[in-house]
Amino acid sequence: MTSFDLNFTADYFTLFGLPRAQALDLESLEKCFRAIQAQVHPDKHAHAADSDRRLAMQWATRVNEAFQTLKSPGKRARYLLALLGHDPQIESNTAMPTEFLVSQMELREAVMDARAAADETALDDVRSRLLNEIRVEYERLAALIDVAKDYTAATDLVRQLMFQEKLLNEIDDALEAVTA
Amino acid sequence: MSVVLNDVRGRPLLPSVVGYAADGSVEVGYSAEAKQSIDPKNTVISVKRFMGRGRHDIAHIETLPYDFVDADGMVKLKTIAGIKSPVEISAEILKTLRNRAEASLGGELTGVVITVPAYFDDAQRQATKDAARLAGLNVLRLLNEPTAAAIAYGLDNSAEGIYAVFDLGGGTFDISILRLSKGIFEVMATGGDSALGGDDFDHRIFCWIIEQAQLAPLSPQDARLLQMRAREAKEQLSQHGQVPITVKLGSGEYVDLVLTTEVFTEISRTLVQKTLASSKKALRDAGLTVADVRGVVMVGGSTRMPQVQHAVAELFKQEPLNNLDPEKVVALGAAIQANLLAGNRAAGDDWLLLDVIPLSLGLETMGGLVEKIIPRNSTIPIARAQEFTTFKDGQTAMVIQVVQGERELVSDCRSLARFELRRIPPMVAGAARIRVTFQVDADGLLSVTAREQTSGREAHIEVKPSYGLSDDEIAGMLKDSFSHAGDDAFRRALREAQVESQRLIEATHSALQDAAELLSTLERAHIDAAVTKLQTVMSGDDRRAIDGAMQALSAATNEFAARRMNQSVRRALAGRKIDQISP
Repeated sequence: MTSFDLNFTADYFTLFGLPRAQALDLESLEKCFRAIQAQVHPDKHAHAADSDRRLAMQWATRVNEAFQTLKSPGKRARYLLALLGHDPQIESNTAMPTEFLVSQMELREAVMDARAAADETALDDVRSRLLNEIRVEYERLAALIDVAKDYTAATDLVRQLMFQEKLLNEIDDALEAVTA
Repeated sequence: MSVVLNDVRGRPLLPSVVGYAADGSVEVGYSAEAKQSIDPKNTVISVKRFMGRGRHDIAHIETLPYDFVDADGMVKLKTIAGIKSPVEISAEILKTLRNRAEASLGGELTGVVITVPAYFDDAQRQATKDAARLAGLNVLRLLNEPTAAAIAYGLDNSAEGIYAVFDLGGGTFDISILRLSKGIFEVMATGGDSALGGDDFDHRIFCWIIEQAQLAPLSPQDARLLQMRAREAKEQLSQHGQVPITVKLGSGEYVDLVLTTEVFTEISRTLVQKTLASSKKALRDAGLTVADVRGVVMVGGSTRMPQVQHAVAELFKQEPLNNLDPEKVVALGAAIQANLLAGNRAAGDDWLLLDVIPLSLGLETMGGLVEKIIPRNSTIPIARAQEFTTFKDGQTAMVIQVVQGERELVSDCRSLARFELRRIPPMVAGAARIRVTFQVDADGLLSVTAREQTSGREAHIEVKPSYGLSDDEIAGMLKDSFSHAGDDAFRRALREAQVESQRLIEATHSALQDAAELLSTLERAHIDAAVTKLQTVMSGDDRRAIDGAMQALSAATNEFAARRMNQSVRRALAGRKIDQISP
């Protein structure tokens, strides 16, 4: 019936019947996610026997995890690169180009200043600038993985993006502190 | 259509007030409420605030008239009828509601949906479930209140798009951001404060009265009286620009003041500010801005306050939606969901609800720091596994501390449980690999399992909740409540096992009807034999035999259940593929 072996341990792309690629049609990912969740979610089995309910929880957990991984471009890239045998070595490899580090340090200083001055507008401003940069870089990442198949350059870029996303979290924390 | 069931006197609501008398009798609701200023010590109002909470968690504890007893994790209250846990007090309310429902519907309840504030943490949710167990209720699901409201509102108005539910109740505040589309309610983020509600606005007025009238420390009766007047003043300010406050104290002294909307707005400004800050945070977590929000549904009696309405309108740049009774909408949504969970679904009348965990779960690491393992606003159910190792040669045990909250220090988060991993095979330091899995179910409740990887052995795991009640305590309370009610614990347990057996047999039959082709003749015969066995023993009174036969049937259908689930997933995907191909 299907060309893939669909079971509990299938990889996330297979689970949703999607090609292994960084560029991904979010709409069809969402549709698949909802279609599967509509079958396996614990709410659909609340009145069933214990074994069914346990199974429903395990399936729904896995489908949620798969969806969260594929939905986020950063998590998707790390997962995909690992599937392709290229571990991004997030923990051990921290080497990054100097100019990138300098630009990030400048941004970080801007965040710290805005936080100290309780300047919500300035924080919002840095946040949208950074969001924009991140979006552009993710487009570049998809091209590196799917088209150029340059996995070494891709893993370098993944590490940079994680750095930027961490900064984004710091901005959110600052916004929270400022607006509290 | 769902309705809220009235009591015998036609009143839909049940005040959250439980009164205890010296003879051990309990009053719940309006009659208990009427005695609140006469016997404040033994009249417990808004017990929800104490669920799963320690003494230091409770705001303004010094102004509350109760005798708190410090207990491990959760506070207890010393009443004239003995020491009561918030779980027991809460169970009294649930029992009253259960009786009302059974009298109205004419029969035993199959299951219930209990709503909780979305921002309730694991301790508060567990305490709620314990209370239901104590009240003899089968909980189909703990449902977050703003989500319940969104179901009622969304279905009623065929709403689609991004909606915010702003839920300010008596003691809690929730803000949830949901995406509604046909057949799906998806919570994108939730936030709030489980200790912020109408009671805090009352308290601001209460403090204002004391300050204005320059009152000396009050007796418990006077304090309760002033609190009642403060609440009345707050409610009247929703209709009028100013209200008189007159109170005759126990000493004969009179308080005579006038509170205006302007003053009330001023003294409650920081409270309203807090709700706005939580709302902004939830929007950020959802990755949205106010411009994305199509409507703001107002829930909870406290949203009637004009300053709250104005502040919400200003933040979201639109008039909030007040077209559903803010005090009933949650109950209606819960009833609609309960109907669905009980399996009563008509064709086309089906939807999927995806909710989230409100607070991050983390582990204590070196130096009292928290390492987050499940971030807040993750869609549930969710699981995360983490590997641990030993740091000493021959180490055979380790302690894992689980916390919930957003702060970096363990001491600033809520400690949920300490797990002790024992009988780890002795090895050199760092060689043992212990995989600990944290599972959060669809009720938002955590469970933990552990396995030692190198030996492949399940490590012994001991759960020591640092809050709530142990199973022994609950068993004790259940026994107490049976002896009080003159109920026969044995027959009740037997009856429950019989109901459960019937349910299991029916579920098996319907599964066999749907998907018998997934079984070999031998497998089918095995299941049929287990069904027959259970049918034979279930009418008897041997509880053990019934339990044994139920377990045997469950075991016989395990693999069948797994195959059916695989099949339904495959079908769902196949359906999708056709959709995508067709124009």
